[in-house]
Amino acid sequence: MKSTLDHAALAEEFNKDEERVDWHDGALWWIRQKRDRSAHQTPQWEELREAASAIKSNVISNLHDYLIQFEENLKKNGVKVYWASDAEEHNQIVYSILKAKEIKQMVKSKSMLTEECHLNEFLEERGIEVINSDLGEYIQQIDNEPPSHIVLPCIHKRKEEIGELFHEHLGTEKGLSDPTLLTRVARKHLRNVFLTRRAALTGVNFAVAETGEYVVCTNEGNADMGAHLSEVQIASMGLEKIIPERKHLGVFLRLLARSAIGQPITIYSSHYKKPRPGQEMHLILVDKGRSNLLARPDFRESLKCIKCGGCMNTCPVYRKSGGLSYHNTISGPIGAILAPNLDMKKHADLPFASTLCGSCSNVCPVKIPIHDQLYKWRQEIVKQGYSASRKTFSMKAMALTLSSPEIYKTAGKTGRWLLNNAPFAINNKFNPWYKQRDMPDSSQQSFGEWYAKNGSKK
Amino acid sequence: MKIGLFIPCYVNQLYPNAAIATLELLQKLGADVSYPSKQTCCGQPMANSGYEHLTQSCNDLFVENFSGFDYIVAPSASCVLHVKDHLHSHANEAAATEIRGKIYELVEFLTDVLKIEKLDAHFPHKVGIHQSCHGLRGLHLAQMSELVAPDFSKPRHLLNMVSGLELTELDRVDECCGFGGLFCIAEEAVSVKMGKDRITDHTKHGAEYITSPDLSCLMHMEGILQRNKSKVKIIHIAEILNSSSIKA
Repeated sequence: MKSTLDHAALAEEFNKDEERVDWHDGALWWIRQKRDRSAHQTPQWEELREAASAIKSNVISNLHDYLIQFEENLKKNGVKVYWASDAEEHNQIVYSILKAKEIKQMVKSKSMLTEECHLNEFLEERGIEVINSDLGEYIQQIDNEPPSHIVLPCIHKRKEEIGELFHEHLGTEKGLSDPTLLTRVARKHLRNVFLTRRAALTGVNFAVAETGEYVVCTNEGNADMGAHLSEVQIASMGLEKIIPERKHLGVFLRLLARSAIGQPITIYSSHYKKPRPGQEMHLILVDKGRSNLLARPDFRESLKCIKCGGCMNTCPVYRKSGGLSYHNTISGPIGAILAPNLDMKKHADLPFASTLCGSCSNVCPVKIPIHDQLYKWRQEIVKQGYSASRKTFSMKAMALTLSSPEIYKTAGKTGRWLLNNAPFAINNKFNPWYKQRDMPDSSQQSFGEWYAKNGSKK
Repeated sequence: MKIGLFIPCYVNQLYPNAAIATLELLQKLGADVSYPSKQTCCGQPMANSGYEHLTQSCNDLFVENFSGFDYIVAPSASCVLHVKDHLHSHANEAAATEIRGKIYELVEFLTDVLKIEKLDAHFPHKVGIHQSCHGLRGLHLAQMSELVAPDFSKPRHLLNMVSGLELTELDRVDECCGFGGLFCIAEEAVSVKMGKDRITDHTKHGAEYITSPDLSCLMHMEGILQRNKSKVKIIHIAEILNSSSIKA
């Protein structure tokens, strides 16, 4: 995002079109309901979540060993392995692989990691064209906008808007907004991309340490199409994507698509292990803040995330503010606990973009206590000095008032007196409460005052 | 059974009737209730804003006020949850630990400790229950819609004992109202939109009253209802459960 506005300001902007907010909220709530139905149809759903969480606990506690095991097995299978500590290193590695083969065009299937690394921009600056082959990502790419949701990248766009984009960029008829027809146009266009690109990059959903294979889950088959037609196949994965054994896929694959969109399993769960004759396979293991997160005991559980997006669909704040107002590649509740680890100052607003309602933690398939982590990030952000001084001042005043029964009584009385006798001091445009809400009635005595008079008679 | 009545700051100042109803209801049920007069607040407004480190003197005051009771009861799920999760004291951690285990929100105190099975209450109205998130997902006053688990609801169990009362349905049974403490100021636009949508869900199912074990959610929704000149009212659950005496 180029914007410097914070979540509250961007959300206010989003809320200027209420009908659109209702539509966005409804679309995502529908997905939450699909998730509920499919969870209820799965025997031992809660036990599955517990098992997934426990497996991931094991992974993050033994990450070092699993990564080495995974690397060894990859090498045995004939895959070239790279380690990147940050986005720059990752992007350089991809560039060097492509440069060695004099490749100028690459097709990419959905990968949030490469979005985080801004790989497309990096390669384009060096004369390499990248096309996102996931339909939603593709739409976002031609609109030059980041994804607003990790699973549903253009969920904030209406079909008419997509029709308009296609008219502008792909030459479709003006006013065409039928999803089937638009998809057909994109498909035809992408088919040509698949056939002509020599290199394909995919993300990784699960990396199996035991076998050195990795699994990519898509509904469109675009990762497969890209990978199968390429002579150079690259996979980029965050360090946390490891699972110990292949049998653990039986837990994660059952949870992933159900949690994401209420579907029993993704249409394609493709296992990649060895290069075909004549093909090269490269895998880049990317840290980019993961080891830092591992070193923060309060927050390391967020490394369990399998990027299902379930927390976004259930979050009422996300639904009513839109993914782009989080000004981060990964938005919603999970984005709000991952982003401060990368840049606390830039993302100091995100842990506050929540009511701490806790619905996110309840849908999370790996049981990350997301709302507890939001609370803890708030403490951390204030401690590190990334909170406005105005807020710190008023918090100190509040702490003083509430720690003295006498000041508290006077303040309460004064507040109620003001509301009754000088409402203009409170009911004005500088009071965000009053903008769309009336103030509570304050004409009565406090309970404390009532009790002093009547309490003993009871 | 000695009960310390904890009336959170904003309830004390702005919703004295809910506090009076809580006191009267507990007394009607035979409890020995007293209200420590030097109490102020649980410290949640600071803590949820990231200033938990400023809550120590507030916590110490709380421990001072509420040590020595068999139970502490409050008509506010959110404040009770905060005390349960975050009350600590350098001076007297043993007392703080005891309080964390003894504090109850009113509804759970009635269902889990007093285990009441009938109530002499009358409230001839259509009522929608607003599950406060802290009561629901923090104190487990009812089953959460996200989980695959048997259904139950402590507030509903109690409201079913009230004669004349008809519970209304909701499309989204436990969605947040958007109050969220200082969230309602800092994220005013989203907060109000969330509140409006909760209210619409209640009104379209014919609720005359919206009730909850948490007045903070209700205060937020009341502000929106009154601004829009709605006839729908908010009422704390204690006032319904104690309603026959109010009528008389």
